[in-house]
Amino acid sequence: MNSYDLEAVSRRLRHRILKTSHAAGIPHLGSCLSCIDLLVYLYWDILEIDSARPEAPDRDRFVLSKGHAAPALFQVLAERDFYPKELLATFGMNGSVFHEHPPAPGYLPGVEAATGSLGHGMPMALGMALAARITGMPYRCYALISDGECNEGAIWEAAMLAAAQAVDNLCVIVDFNGWQATGRSREVMCLDPMKDKWEAFGWHAVTIDGHDFGAMAGAFEACAATSGQPSVVIAHTVKGKGVSFMEDDNNWHYRTPDEDELRLALEELQDHL
Amino acid sequence: MRNAFAREITKLAVEHQDLVLLTGDIGNRLFDEFKGLAPGRFLNCGVAEANMMSVAAGMALSGLRPVVYTITPFTTVRVLEQLRVGVCYHEAPVVVVGTGSGLSYAELGPTHHSLEDIAITRCLPGLNVLAPADGHELVAFLREALESSNPTYMRIGKKGEPALHPEGASLRIGTAQALRNGEDLAILCIGPITAEALRAVDMIAADGPRVEVVSMGSVKPLDVDFLDGLARRCGRWITLEEHGIIGGLGTTVLEWLAGTRHVVRLTRMAVPDAFIHEIGDQAFVRSTLGLDAASIHVAIKEALA
Repeated sequence: MNSYDLEAVSRRLRHRILKTSHAAGIPHLGSCLSCIDLLVYLYWDILEIDSARPEAPDRDRFVLSKGHAAPALFQVLAERDFYPKELLATFGMNGSVFHEHPPAPGYLPGVEAATGSLGHGMPMALGMALAARITGMPYRCYALISDGECNEGAIWEAAMLAAAQAVDNLCVIVDFNGWQATGRSREVMCLDPMKDKWEAFGWHAVTIDGHDFGAMAGAFEACAATSGQPSVVIAHTVKGKGVSFMEDDNNWHYRTPDEDELRLALEELQDHL
Repeated sequence: MRNAFAREITKLAVEHQDLVLLTGDIGNRLFDEFKGLAPGRFLNCGVAEANMMSVAAGMALSGLRPVVYTITPFTTVRVLEQLRVGVCYHEAPVVVVGTGSGLSYAELGPTHHSLEDIAITRCLPGLNVLAPADGHELVAFLREALESSNPTYMRIGKKGEPALHPEGASLRIGTAQALRNGEDLAILCIGPITAEALRAVDMIAADGPRVEVVSMGSVKPLDVDFLDGLARRCGRWITLEEHGIIGGLGTTVLEWLAGTRHVVRLTRMAVPDAFIHEIGDQAFVRSTLGLDAASIHVAIKEALA
């Protein structure tokens, strides 16, 4: 699939994420919009998965370690036919499987881990990657973490073990949108220099624009070709990407759009689908 | 018990090709044989227990049977959230083993005591909570836990604890075992401190009261069928555990009793709700806390007075 198509998919999913946030009152819009391009690239071009066999032992694993971006993941999995899109009509309703965080595996096809508490998903993905080595399976594991999530000590515990064990079937993606819940991530904790940190921990690290599909292609290709060490793609992203009045405005970590804001946002996205 | 664990896990690694042993940088030389037999399935996760627990959960979700082993506070309270979310919420069949439980490492001070672990783990949904009394229970429980689809937490002692069950005894998770029979009083025990109850009962004169000593083995599942039968024939009980007074075996039995019509006079013998500042070896601390055989002997007399 070429990058033109991926952009169309991203635009369509941004559209749905915005409408869902408005209709169901689901927050974390900024976080969803910063990582949706990465999710689309992974789910369309990278992951070896088959929605007809969501529990196939040899499938690639993707763990959304920043679980609060679940509204983006839910749209991606529906678009990739893990379940009918109509199911998403229950989003936010009492008793629905679709709420703010991914449910436990087995409750929704395609979900690998019930994240939401930061710092758990990436270490679990490391366990899955080590399991591939032990069981002799060829699959690869991917975990998407946030820059705020890098505050968690468990991330760096996992980073040290993955490098010591030379786990080269693990690729971590940092959605570096520059914000965490209540402030600029660089100001809350010392995150820079992010690439140097990962390299110092023994990782193959690349930095890209997390909204540029062409850059993603090169980065993930380089990760797949790396042997003897784990890989990290540090994706510089814009929180709220795609809607001018949401971009880099951390209020959209919490707010949901009212009707006027939704209309303006959708117009900006020029979604004709 | 520690050596029994090492011996058995090595045997099990040969029988179960999906078994993986994860340790938090402890057990120097203890697992050399395991490493020799299954080098790819032994993983020293370093002094990084939070990651270790999540890694184990990820392995279990990928079809392996991970066993996590380190000193009890570091495999329970330190990693409580990883145990709660990664293991229990995901229904990941991980076997978590805490070594040196209770006051086994009394000399190391409260950082290494585990007197809250049963209370904290038994409220995690789906998690079985076991405390074998001797090496025989440990071996039987470990084997059964590896067949279970539930996650398991098992607290074990150190080394040198006496065998309390006869060789070849049939031992099952959730099945209480009477080690002495009696109708006047029953001592319900969990863990290696069961040996103190047996010594206390041995001090009773031949024409004295007849005291039952029971190894409960687990608080979750709790053998309520056994307790129900016991309550019908014996109305004076002591619970004995090397654990804090809040939330352990005594609490579990009380909670169960509260939902029945049984009338039982219950004495709970456990560690008081305080950190221990007067440190010594395990026998010394048991004795200062009133949990040694002599203290139990006194408690028996008081309970029957």
